[in-house]
Amino acid sequence: MRPEVLTGEHFLTGDEACAEGALAAGCRFFGAYPITPATEIAEHMALHLPEVGGTFIQMEDEIAAMASVLGASCAGAKSMTATSGPGFSLMMENLGLGIYTETPCVLVNVQRAGPSTGLPTMPAQGDMMQARWGSHGHYEIIALAPSSPQEMFYQTITAFNLSEIFRLPVLIMADEVTGHLSEKVVIPEAAAIKLQTRKLPKGRKDRFKPFQPGPDGIPPMAAAGEGYGIHVTGLTHDERGYPVMSPDAHEKLVARIVGKIRNNLHRIIETESYRLDDAEIALISYGVSARSSLAAVDEAREKGIKAGLLRLITVWPFPEELIASLAKRMKALVTVEINLGQIHLEVERCSRGQCPAFLVGHAGGTVISPDRILESLEAISK
Amino acid sequence: MATKTASTQHKEVLITGFGGQGIVLAGQILGKAASLVDRKESTLTQSYGPEARGGACSAQVIISQSTIHYPYVRIPHIVLCLSQGGYDKYANSVRSDGMLIVDQDLVRISEGSDRTLYRVPATRIAEELGRKMMANIVMLGFLSAVSDVVTKDALHATVVKSVPKGTEELNSTAFHKGYDYGAAILKGIEKKAAGKKGAKS
Repeated sequence: MRPEVLTGEHFLTGDEACAEGALAAGCRFFGAYPITPATEIAEHMALHLPEVGGTFIQMEDEIAAMASVLGASCAGAKSMTATSGPGFSLMMENLGLGIYTETPCVLVNVQRAGPSTGLPTMPAQGDMMQARWGSHGHYEIIALAPSSPQEMFYQTITAFNLSEIFRLPVLIMADEVTGHLSEKVVIPEAAAIKLQTRKLPKGRKDRFKPFQPGPDGIPPMAAAGEGYGIHVTGLTHDERGYPVMSPDAHEKLVARIVGKIRNNLHRIIETESYRLDDAEIALISYGVSARSSLAAVDEAREKGIKAGLLRLITVWPFPEELIASLAKRMKALVTVEINLGQIHLEVERCSRGQCPAFLVGHAGGTVISPDRILESLEAISK
Repeated sequence: MATKTASTQHKEVLITGFGGQGIVLAGQILGKAASLVDRKESTLTQSYGPEARGGACSAQVIISQSTIHYPYVRIPHIVLCLSQGGYDKYANSVRSDGMLIVDQDLVRISEGSDRTLYRVPATRIAEELGRKMMANIVMLGFLSAVSDVVTKDALHATVVKSVPKGTEELNSTAFHKGYDYGAAILKGIEKKAAGKKGAKS
């Protein structure tokens, strides 16, 4: 048996760091179907999850993988899956089930270039809007975007914490480069890592209502088999979990579930600013594209262009107010992402016409070079 | 030691070859040694196709004294080629003050390049040791002799830690063979340079 949490300095890929983050966060169930470039997460979990008493299952496909994760979570285990492109599409239906049944879990998408099977071994950030709206119905989602193996480690822990606090599936929207990039990862002692676990019910088991929210809008969660009466359905349900086919019940439930995120934006949204204080043009980026952007900011500054970067650590919920206030004081906003304009649409919307918004992007298959960003900055600043 | 590249803030190393030659492992060992032993910043990125073996493959290692933003090679300081395809594609991208290291039995050199070029019989040396697949480790040993992008001790220690159990000694020998070959070449160049100097005066 290895220690519960690996500690110290390691030279790890982002995928390995993600798996280590999951183990450190207390993940004890991983159900997945292997797919490049997320396979290494499954491999690492298959090797090490049994060592800490957890369960790894390779399911028959991604639909079943997502279902297995929801089931394990309902039984009380912190659970996770990891996939890419086509697998992410297959998981969409059960992602919605997880949101509506308020089942905490973590879904990692190491993005490769699509549509369809696309370029399996090459990077893209083309699933960002799918992350937001890929499942049917109206909902809110939390999606994080790591830029390094070290962040893959920490964001996986953060994703578990947020999922447990808000009783929701949380997405990690990584990319092929961040997943396969090797870099130093420092893993602290277990005692230094703050973990959250779902609120548990109190009181009489026979009077328990599995979807009766506390004052924070979040219901305590009982594990199946503990003696609490539990009914879980994807149909619109009341506080007992029983189906209720009425617009009123639907309005009440959807509004509460959406409210869990909308009323807690300040607790969820995380961003990082780089040289923005005196900047005139703000780059907005995330994941590996933020690394290209950091290099471009430094090179632009050397050429006398006052550029800065807002790095989105949380992509969903979107930092709407922050973008609006940036747009007010910038000459331009430039979104850098490996797609043909997804987060760019949000930036454009949230800039509220206060300054022009540009896109530096392409369809995928490679990273965005700092040179291309620099060219764009030079053209805009002229 | 004019032929040994000076260690500056930021070094970009590109290793190219076929899938199955241990290209990514070589990159991983280099990056790990620089990061965990030499205490510098380093990144390793890899590119490969859908096939497991035989396809073109490359590893890119950046080693720096400061935070590395962009983890890809832009103008390489050092290019190691274990395949003709890799050489053809990247030989001309090396910095003018950089170096090319090729497996002399796998790569035919085209004329006209003025970059520092080292020819190493890495695969042959590995074959003589009984395992062709250790050519990558011979190359790393050679690299640590002709460049100070990484220290020899850090690289050697990381090689021993990273190879499969039971092959440590053999890989260590492969590393030293590569190192010795590099050291001998440098000595030859120095002697030649000293000789030329002597003839001039």
